Amino acid sequence: MSVVAARLRHVDYRDYGIVVAFLALFVALSIASDSFLERQNLSNILDQWAAFGLLACGETICIIAGVFDLSVGSIVTVAGVVACKVANSSSPSLGLIAGAATGLGLGIANGVVIDRTRINSFIGTLATSIVYSGLAVIITGGLTVTVLKSGFGALGQDTLLGIKYTGWMWIVFAIVTAFVLSRTTFGRYVYAVGGNVEAARLSGVRVGVVRTTCFAVSGLGAGLAGDLLASRTQSAAANLGVGMELTAISAAVVGGTSILGGEGAIWRGVLGTLLLAIIGNGFNLLNIDTTYQQIVQGGLILLAVAADQLARRR
Amino acid sequence: MTDEGRRLDDEGARAAARPLVETRGISKRFGGVHAVEDVSVRIEAGRVHGLVGENGAGKSTLAKLIGGSHRPDGGELLVDGEPVDFHAPRDALAAGIATIAQEIALVPARTVMENVLLGIEPGTAGLVRRRDVRRRFDELNERTGFGLRANALVRSLRTAEQQKVEIMRAIARDARLVLMDEPTAALTRDESERLLEIVRTLAAGGTAVVLVSHYLEEVLSVADTVTVMRNGRLVRTAPAAQETPETLVAGMIGRELSLEFPPKEPPPADAPVVLEARGLTRGRALVDVSLTVRAGEIVGLAGLVGSGRTEVARAIFGADRLDAGEVLFEGRPVVIRGPRHASRLGIAMLPESRKEQGLFMIRPVRENVSIVDLESFSTAGVVSRRRERARTAELARDLDVRAASPEAPVTTLSGGNQQKVLFAKWLLRRPKLLIADEPTRGVDVGAKRQIHELLIRLAKEGMAVLLISSEIEEVLGLSHRVLVMRTGRVVGEFTGDAITDEAVMNAAFATAPGAAA
Repeated sequence: MSVVAARLRHVDYRDYGIVVAFLALFVALSIASDSFLERQNLSNILDQWAAFGLLACGETICIIAGVFDLSVGSIVTVAGVVACKVANSSSPSLGLIAGAATGLGLGIANGVVIDRTRINSFIGTLATSIVYSGLAVIITGGLTVTVLKSGFGALGQDTLLGIKYTGWMWIVFAIVTAFVLSRTTFGRYVYAVGGNVEAARLSGVRVGVVRTTCFAVSGLGAGLAGDLLASRTQSAAANLGVGMELTAISAAVVGGTSILGGEGAIWRGVLGTLLLAIIGNGFNLLNIDTTYQQIVQGGLILLAVAADQLARRR
Repeated sequence: MTDEGRRLDDEGARAAARPLVETRGISKRFGGVHAVEDVSVRIEAGRVHGLVGENGAGKSTLAKLIGGSHRPDGGELLVDGEPVDFHAPRDALAAGIATIAQEIALVPARTVMENVLLGIEPGTAGLVRRRDVRRRFDELNERTGFGLRANALVRSLRTAEQQKVEIMRAIARDARLVLMDEPTAALTRDESERLLEIVRTLAAGGTAVVLVSHYLEEVLSVADTVTVMRNGRLVRTAPAAQETPETLVAGMIGRELSLEFPPKEPPPADAPVVLEARGLTRGRALVDVSLTVRAGEIVGLAGLVGSGRTEVARAIFGADRLDAGEVLFEGRPVVIRGPRHASRLGIAMLPESRKEQGLFMIRPVRENVSIVDLESFSTAGVVSRRRERARTAELARDLDVRAASPEAPVTTLSGGNQQKVLFAKWLLRRPKLLIADEPTRGVDVGAKRQIHELLIRLAKEGMAVLLISSEIEEVLGLSHRVLVMRTGRVVGEFTGDAITDEAVMNAAFATAPGAAA
């Protein structure tokens, strides 16, 4: 018996609701709107949702490990602001590296704080997110930081092989995180810690290290997203990433990653993001009042979580 | 139904002959196992009814059937002579049957008064009349003589006081029968005695009490009637005055040994000591426990649930912190920092509860097995699935793990096969010391036999084995040496022919001549 066949026998087809929903909507929009399938439109979707996509990858890893990261919106802000500041004082590329490094550092800080204090991650990252927001205000002094140097905008504005750099960033980050999650020892430990923390500990898994690394990955994703947004407008202000964490968590959950931990995958986070993206796009293309878009998105989250609960009650 | 019952009560003479609660041939199965089988008991108003038996004899299950936590699969439950069908503890409560469970079920952040009257606050249309609440509480306090402070927060109270709150809550709901499952397990001696005094007072006031307890002296000192159970069946119900701790133990263990065990092969006299623990102490759970396990030796750790057996295992494995004590592993003193450190030293522990502490239920067999030694299948952190699959499949075959495939989630396996997965997982690391806590709990007979043979084989190959089991037969049948624990201490050690069920049980229940209670 081949390995693929063995695996397929244990596939629960109900798990693939997100794929069906995405394809159905994709086909429907292709029929309803002439411009949906145009390359320009699809490329725009990728570009506009790349920042959320980066966050959703990190959030997916955190949720699988049994923690939430509510601070990514604030990390985006701090990273974007730092990127602009450093770009102005040295070079654009150093600015972007500083932005990503800031994200990574703040993510690690989240992990250490939550591991040491044993505060629930939901509250812990809510608190650090407020701290980080304050930090951004202090750095900017409440003003918008603008970068006039040419080159800083390349990341957010230029195109390679028909896809914006921003889209490439998302694609590469998703592939790397997916590989880490599915192929490495660390990935295994993420599922173990989220699935049964006591069993993981008694199996010799360093629970604190694993969760801290998850926050670090999430922080790095947020740092890259901050770079991306700052580069796109060549500027950053203290409200750059406000509220983005909620959309990222929505994307992860809508994709089918269980909020109870121990289950999920990066492709689910990606597909969840894309589903939210084409819903928004559809509303624009079909000229429907965008107010309804929020109602649909909210309803979708309820549906995804309800389906997850229902599947567990079997 | 209850009203009708009360009306019939007024008929006087007839009611006196009729028990308050009666079970007729009641049965309850979990999976294929009969937890309670064909048990008939009569519980009289105003009497204390003791319920005793070994771990797993079915006494708690019987109490839960009467208290509405479980529904019987067969037989009848009668209250005031009328058959009843409880779907939940709430139904039993409505019929006047209240349960005081082992785990306290109170709202810790609210006051004593609020907890006692929770859900039955005097008031109208959802508005609580505070003066009436207070009056009702004072009334109850006086009637029970508990002297509880109305406005103390429940979380600030000691366990014994919290139990009083639970009991008062039962009385506030006009309970005619109070079921107590191991109420003194978490209490000090003084507190236990005071609780027993309360039980007597309740009975004197006309309330019936069912007392499930491991403490035989305690049961005999307070009960009017004692029911002995074994393997889910009723052994006998007799007046407490006719019983002694020894007669109760004899009834609890019976005579038949239902399992056969291969002959024992003790390790050679010069086998090296793998583990030596000295003076392990952790709060009141572990008091000055010392033990050794040699290569090739199976040391059984017997005792009642809560006697400290699991705590010994967890302390050695580094899962819990110790207050005092030292551990020598292969002759060298070690301070075990945690499970990771212990497993790297060569110690493995199969935890007590495979679902809660051992397995990742939704993950495949393969991942469950490989988790403890994933690094050995990895290069630069990337897992080689090929090597992982080969090695885990080999172990699964060796241990006869029956799964649809190595990719099947563990949750789809039977209990016995889940347990074998746990063994496979730890054998992957070739440990020198294997601690198996309840390795055959909830496992079918065939798998049980396989696990026994495995333990014997591992010992023969030179592994040191520390076996914890609530099944006395298993401990007797497999161990070369048996340590008996009670209240966190090692209270007896038996080797060779001295390992008998009476010796072990008497030590565990503190009924041995000269043993302190």
